Amino acid sequence: MPIDFLAIAPEIALTVTALLVLAADLALRGDAKQLVNPITALGTVVALVFTVVLWGQDRVTFNGMFVVDDYAVIFKVLFLGTLLAVLGISWRFFAEGRYFQGEYYFLLITAFIGMLIMPSARDLLLLFVALETVSIPAFVMVGLRKRDLYSSEASMKFFLVGVLSVAFMLFGMSMVYGFTGTTDLAGIAAAIGAGPSPDPLLLASVLLVIVGFGFKIAAVPFHFWAPDTYAGAPMPVAAMLAVASKAAGFAGMIAVAFIAFEPLADVWAPLLGVLAILTMSIGNLIALQQRDLIRLLAYSSIAQAGYMLIPFGLAQPGNVAVNDAAVQAVLFYLIAYAVMNVGAFGVAIAVNRRTGLRSIGDYSGLGERNPLMAVAMTVFLLSLGGAPPTVGLFAKLAIIEAVTVEVTGFGLVLATFLVINSVIAFSYYLKVVRTMWMGAAPVDAPVLQPGFNLSAVVVVLMLGTVLLGILPGLVSDFSALTSVQAAP
Amino acid sequence: MSPVGPLLLAALLFCIGIYGIIARRNAVLVLISVEMMLNAVNINLVTFQNLLYPDDPLVSGQIFALFIIAVAAAEVGVGLAIVFNLFRNRASIDVDDVDLMRW
Repeated sequence: MPIDFLAIAPEIALTVTALLVLAADLALRGDAKQLVNPITALGTVVALVFTVVLWGQDRVTFNGMFVVDDYAVIFKVLFLGTLLAVLGISWRFFAEGRYFQGEYYFLLITAFIGMLIMPSARDLLLLFVALETVSIPAFVMVGLRKRDLYSSEASMKFFLVGVLSVAFMLFGMSMVYGFTGTTDLAGIAAAIGAGPSPDPLLLASVLLVIVGFGFKIAAVPFHFWAPDTYAGAPMPVAAMLAVASKAAGFAGMIAVAFIAFEPLADVWAPLLGVLAILTMSIGNLIALQQRDLIRLLAYSSIAQAGYMLIPFGLAQPGNVAVNDAAVQAVLFYLIAYAVMNVGAFGVAIAVNRRTGLRSIGDYSGLGERNPLMAVAMTVFLLSLGGAPPTVGLFAKLAIIEAVTVEVTGFGLVLATFLVINSVIAFSYYLKVVRTMWMGAAPVDAPVLQPGFNLSAVVVVLMLGTVLLGILPGLVSDFSALTSVQAAP
Repeated sequence: MSPVGPLLLAALLFCIGIYGIIARRNAVLVLISVEMMLNAVNINLVTFQNLLYPDDPLVSGQIFALFIIAVAAAEVGVGLAIVFNLFRNRASIDVDDVDLMRW
C-alpha cells in the first residue's frame, strides 16, 4: 500500500529539522550555537506551509491510521504557530543561560512532531506513540537545568505521574482491544455500537483510557504535577507544557471520546462534566492564594482546562449536531487559549530573565518600568478572565453556544459553573493587574531587557488577542467547518 | 486454551505494580513497578491476540506489545537519567525527599 507523503509532509519537515538541529549543534561553537533557533524557526515555517496546503483535502494513509482532514489541519496550524511563539520567547532565555541549546531545540521539535501526529491519529497504537513522543522529550526538557534542585524535582514529579497515567491508559487500551478485537478508532466504535449493552469492565477500561489524557491536560484529580512542574521547569518549557502539550492532550481526548467511545457518550459525558466542574473550581480557588506568578498561571491553566472540558460533558451518543458543536467549541477555545497564555508566559520570561524575579510582588510598578510589557500582560490576563474586547470572551461564548445547541439540565449547570468561575478568576487576574499599575516600583528595580524576539512575539500575540476579540470570525469561520466524526 | 489464566496473571502483575508505586520510596524500585505494570499490559495484549483474535490480519495486539516494549525502554532510560540527576543533586533517591515545592 503506497504511503501518501504529502499527508505526512509537515511531520517529515519537522523530523528533518530536528536532525539538522542536532548536526548544527555539533558543528557550531560558542555564541554561534544560538543559530539553531533560527534554523528551527525556518523548519517550522516550512512545515506550516505544508500544513496550510493540506487545508480542504481529506487524505488518508497508513491503512486508515493517519487522517488529515480540516480538523487535523487546524490543530496542526495551532501547534506550529505555538512552536514559532515558543521559539521566539526561548531564544534569549537559552542563549544566555548557556545550557544545552541544541538539545533543547531538538527535544522541542520532537515533542511537536508527536503533537502534529495526535490530531491525525485514528488508531489507539498511533495515539499512544504520539502521546509518548510528546511526553518523553518533555520529561527531559523540564529537567534541563541539571544543577537546579527545583528543575530536577519538577522533572521527577512530572515523570512519575506521567508514566503512571500512561500505564493506566495502556491497561485500558489493552482491555478495549480485548473487547473489540481492533485498535482502529472507527472499528472500536462499530464494535461497541453493534454489541449488546456494554460490559461494566469495558466501561472501566474506557474511563482508564480517558484518564491517560486527563493527565496530559492536567484535569483535577490528575493535576498535582502541573504547578510544581511549571514552577521548576525553564519558563519557555512551562509555556510549551501549559499550551501545546495541553492542546495535544485535548486532541487525543477528542479522538478517543468522540470517535472510538462515541456510542458510550452517555457514560463518559456526565463523568467528564463533573470533572470539568471540579477542575475549574479547584483550579480557580487554589489560584486565589498563589504568590508566584508561574504557579498562578499554572492553576489558571488548570481552570482553563476545566472550561474546555465542559463541551465533553454535553456529548450525546449519536447526536452529531451536539457533538460537532462541542468539538468546535473546544477547538476555538484552544486557539484562543494558546494566543493569550503563551503571551502571558512571554511577559513572565521578560521579567524573570537575568533577574530571577517571579513573585507577583515583583511586578509592582511594571506599568512605569516597562509600559509595553505591562499593557501586554494586562491584555493577556483580561483575556484569560474573559473580558471584552478580547478573544477570551468569545472563547467562553463559544462554549456557552455549544451548551445552547441542545439545552439540557446538566448543560445549564455546567454553564452556570462556567460563569461563576469566570468571576472568581477575575479576582486573581485583576490582582496582578492592580499590582502592575497601582503598585509603586521598587527603587532598585532592574531594567527589563526583553530583547527583540520576545517583544515581537508578545506584541503579535497581544494584537492577536485583541483582533480576534473584535473579529472572532477569523478563527471560527474555519473551526466551524470541522467535524471529527467525518473520519472514515 | 482459556484466556483466564494469562489475564489473571496480567491483572496480578498490574496490581503488584500499583502496590509498588504506592509503597516503595526508592525511585528505582518505583521504576521497576512501572515496568511491571507495562508488562502486564503486554501479557494482556498478546493473550487477547493469540487466544481471542488469532485471525486478525493486522496482528494488532502483538504489534502493540512490541511498540510498548520499545517505548517503555525509552521511558525508563529517561527515568533513570532523571533519578541519576536527582541523586547527584541531593544524594538521595527517596521519592519522599522530593518536596521542595508544595501547593
